[in-house]
Amino acid sequence: MNTDYDVIVLGGGPAGLTAGIYLARGKHNTLILNEGAIGGQTVLTHEVANYPGVENINGYQLARIMKKQATDFGCKIRSNVKVTNLELSGPVKKIEINNKDTFSAKAVILSPGGRSRELGVPGENEFKGKGISYCATCDGDFFQDKEIIVVGGGNSAIEEADALTRYASKVTVVHQFDHFQAYEHAVRTAKENPKIEFIMESTIAEFKGEGKLEAVTVKNLKTAELTELPIDGVFIFIGYVPNTEVFKDVISLNNYGEIEINQNFETNIPGVFAAGDAIQKRYRQITTAVSDGTIAALNTMEYLHD
Amino acid sequence: MLMTNLTHIESEDHFNQTLSENKNVMVCCGRMGPMCIPVYEVMEELEDEYNHVKFVDLEFDSAHSHVIRMLPECQTFNGLPFVVYFRDGKVVKATSSIQYRDQVTSILDEHFTVEESIK
Repeated sequence: MNTDYDVIVLGGGPAGLTAGIYLARGKHNTLILNEGAIGGQTVLTHEVANYPGVENINGYQLARIMKKQATDFGCKIRSNVKVTNLELSGPVKKIEINNKDTFSAKAVILSPGGRSRELGVPGENEFKGKGISYCATCDGDFFQDKEIIVVGGGNSAIEEADALTRYASKVTVVHQFDHFQAYEHAVRTAKENPKIEFIMESTIAEFKGEGKLEAVTVKNLKTAELTELPIDGVFIFIGYVPNTEVFKDVISLNNYGEIEINQNFETNIPGVFAAGDAIQKRYRQITTAVSDGTIAALNTMEYLHD
Repeated sequence: MLMTNLTHIESEDHFNQTLSENKNVMVCCGRMGPMCIPVYEVMEELEDEYNHVKFVDLEFDSAHSHVIRMLPECQTFNGLPFVVYFRDGKVVKATSSIQYRDQVTSILDEHFTVEESIK
């Protein structure tokens, strides 16, 4: 097996796959290494309706098409691997994965994406899939005529709270601030929904139950008062965190753990570029990830030619 | 129909036959949803690596999915997919919601050894 490449892309979401498409089409020997399933957060989207040129598509199908485009141009992909060691500072970049295979390349693009943020409170791991969910479209129908909580105040939380009232008899939104980050029209729709109630300036302090989730402890963040609420399910939508832990001692990250880049999408290390949801930026969409991947790939090609 | 390259369980008889013909079986019962797809992909990748394990999927909304949904081990589950591991036809482990490769291989390594695969 060839282990020397022109470019290694770390991450197989839309940014990484786009970079793979551009690089492989440009006849650069390219390998994508991906920790999870190919497609990143895209496969978590049931319906993508705002990707130009495609009227309506399942996120999984869109990711599959991107993957096929990349491999058809000759890009190699290895998924479900874990990066265990990185040596990026020299002219030859070296990457080791969990089975001890080592790969080298002249340039690297980091596109590790992000993952759903967890609350990190007692009981969360224990009751995942047994009352705690991070996907309303996946698990909503398990809560027919049940009482549930939605944690969060952004667009995902507020829109999913409204959607979950199709199943649940009552949805209580628990949010840490006294106002929402979601768009005003989404908040208005939720507030007009008679099945939705709100607990503001509060958070979940603990999940409780015997074998399955049965109650939560809600903490009022102003008074520190703790209240136990019997509940059938909790859906958590509190944003995403970048998958950059493996890079923290290797490249410059900002206070949020996002990769710092210059206008050429290059990190603080020459020949190491970055793209997608893990870089410092405001908007995280499939379209912006694709754009990032394109720019990072083009700049990488220029770097290789210099 | 699940759009995977795994063997699809088509009926209750097919399910029982799969358990009787294979010592180690991993069944993923789900939909083509975001929490299920990563598990199918992990299973597809592991088919070559763990050839002492039979990897199959089962559509959650099919008439015969009760063979998984009604298992006592799944009664507290509220998240797709339901993944059940069988050794000699008996449940040795069951998980609910998304599982990553490391979690799956950890269960496979703990419960299914190569020597035990001969049936």
